[in-house]
Amino acid sequence: MLPIEVVSLKKCYGDIRAVDDISFTVKQGEVFGLLGPNGAGKTTTIEILEGLRAKDEGQVKVLGLDPWKDGYELHKKIGVIPQEFTFFEKITPKEAIQYYADLFKVKVDPDAILKEVLLEDSAKVYFDSLSGGQKQKTGLALSLVNSPELLFLDEPTTGLDPNARRAIWEVIRGLKAKGKTIILTTHYLDEAQQLSDRVAIMNHGKIVAMGTSEEIIKQHGSGERLEIHGTEKLANYIKENTELQVDYNRSRGEIVIPLKQKIDALAALAAAEQSGMDWGEIQTRQDSLDDVFVKLVSYGVNEQGEIIGDNEVKPAVSKRRR
Amino acid sequence: MVSGKRIFSDFKVFSRGYLRNKFGLFFGLIFPVILILIFGAIFSGNNTGTIDVYAQNQDTGAFGQNLGDRFLSALNESTTLRVITVNASENFPDYLAAHSASDGILIPQNFSANYILGQPVNLTVYGNPTSSTSGIVSGTVNGYANYFNLQRFNGTMIIGLTSATVNTQQTKYIDFLIPGLIGFSILTSPMFSLVNISSEYKKTKLFKQLSLTPLTKMEWLTSKVLWYIVLTIAGFLLMVGVGIFAFGAHVTLTPWLIPFLVLGPMLFAALGMLVGTVTKNPETAGVIGNIVTFPMMFLAGTFFPISIMPTYLQTVAHGLPLFYIIEGLNNVMVYNNITGAIIDLVVVAVITVVIFALAVKLFKWRED
Repeated sequence: MLPIEVVSLKKCYGDIRAVDDISFTVKQGEVFGLLGPNGAGKTTTIEILEGLRAKDEGQVKVLGLDPWKDGYELHKKIGVIPQEFTFFEKITPKEAIQYYADLFKVKVDPDAILKEVLLEDSAKVYFDSLSGGQKQKTGLALSLVNSPELLFLDEPTTGLDPNARRAIWEVIRGLKAKGKTIILTTHYLDEAQQLSDRVAIMNHGKIVAMGTSEEIIKQHGSGERLEIHGTEKLANYIKENTELQVDYNRSRGEIVIPLKQKIDALAALAAAEQSGMDWGEIQTRQDSLDDVFVKLVSYGVNEQGEIIGDNEVKPAVSKRRR
Repeated sequence: MVSGKRIFSDFKVFSRGYLRNKFGLFFGLIFPVILILIFGAIFSGNNTGTIDVYAQNQDTGAFGQNLGDRFLSALNESTTLRVITVNASENFPDYLAAHSASDGILIPQNFSANYILGQPVNLTVYGNPTSSTSGIVSGTVNGYANYFNLQRFNGTMIIGLTSATVNTQQTKYIDFLIPGLIGFSILTSPMFSLVNISSEYKKTKLFKQLSLTPLTKMEWLTSKVLWYIVLTIAGFLLMVGVGIFAFGAHVTLTPWLIPFLVLGPMLFAALGMLVGTVTKNPETAGVIGNIVTFPMMFLAGTFFPISIMPTYLQTVAHGLPLFYIIEGLNNVMVYNNITGAIIDLVVVAVITVVIFALAVKLFKWRED
């Protein structure tokens, strides 16, 4: 039995299709990242999986249970940190752990859990006096009280400073090493790349790409390319004097040459040198998950999974304040 | 299945959080005591109940007697009025205005002469329609005028008056104030707190967080109700203690009070929960909470008896749940009227069951 099985899941809010026919599975011990911009449908999906929200259509099984109908049973087996975790103001992390232990009727060592989430130093600080990172760690600590097999972490590092984010990553890596299955939603690509075994990219309620980071880059990325800083005239010269495909990015003043083989770079540079025109920096690049993500959420994909529209990312328009 | 252990754990966490929050503690326990002290001091002072009234005697007398003086002396000997004489040379209406006086009595020049000759003569009673004392002054002067009229024609008083208090013991304002303010704290603490908690927890998704634990909404609400019962009983003991020791209040303490101290917080915790549940955000919840709470606070007999209100407001008061709690507390503590208290208790119990059931039904941990 897979910990999570989702088939053709749909959820609408009025006319808005928050989750639009998505299917995926998560394997035992896997860290599965659910990526997407704000409003992509990540939280709705995760809340349906947690049994906090009813689905409209489709089949969802979490640890073999229907999350909505069997929520009470399911909650004893899963751990959850909701987005922007908050708790009672005047309670310390240690007391909060004991409270959860009492509710779950389990015996725990609060100090051991605090150590696991790197929060020993703030064990006796009231929740409203904790920093953002410490609050999230309290949430993580509480999600571990019932020794869950499956953890849902909904944007666990949103709004935290880089150090606090890395500290949370450490905790998640520790949980992964213990063999826990983890569903992680985030809109930070580095976080997904650092922590996830597989990711699914959501946009407008649909999964637009799924697999390991490498697989997604390979499927949706543009491959290796040579970029030469130079004029459009030079770009035309290279195009006319070689067999290569040559694109020009006016906004960045960059000549972009997709490389079918590495030797193509030499032919392009030889032509540039031969032109007698000035040219600046050169570099070879490959799309990162970041590039692919931006393309996928900016342009969408067709039924074959290909990105529709110009593959050149337009620079954001910025307004200067006077 | 409801678990006592989970209710106790939640109760422990909630009460500890409450006691650590200075605002909660202030409004839950200290504020009602301050109210008792302030209202008790205002109304239980050394006020003998006599009203100061300015009087000008312009009577020049006749046949060797000044009946104007006799009339004023008689008024002054009454327990109701204390006469302050104003020199006959003063302009009386101006004098009253200059002294911000609400009440005044003017005896005309030919008072004695007309009285003795049996001619009609009028006293002028100055009054302020907005002052509560003017009616008393007018009534008292009228009473003495009738008495003088009777004497003039050798009439005999057939009907006299003897004063007695309604109860077997002397009842003071503080005795009515204590049940009223206990009602006030039964209403305000659970109501404001639950309106706030239920709407805030919804906004911050704390309810969702709790729904991921085995705690049920019934257990959660029960632990809140239990805490407010504890708080109400503590407030009750404090207020009664202050009332008795600081103001010598006379109130009867019997086990009949317990059902009111249990059902009251239960009713208003559930009502607060209901308001927080049916409103969309904490701001709206706050407004609706105030709309429900404030009229009840003033119209249900908290600070003054509803008998002084116009009939239509009394009818409104009878539609307010707090009215039956305060009336019930008064019936037990002041009037020893247990039959009346039982009727109030039945009304309170029915309202409580309905509101509690509604609150539990409409309150959702999760979203559809």
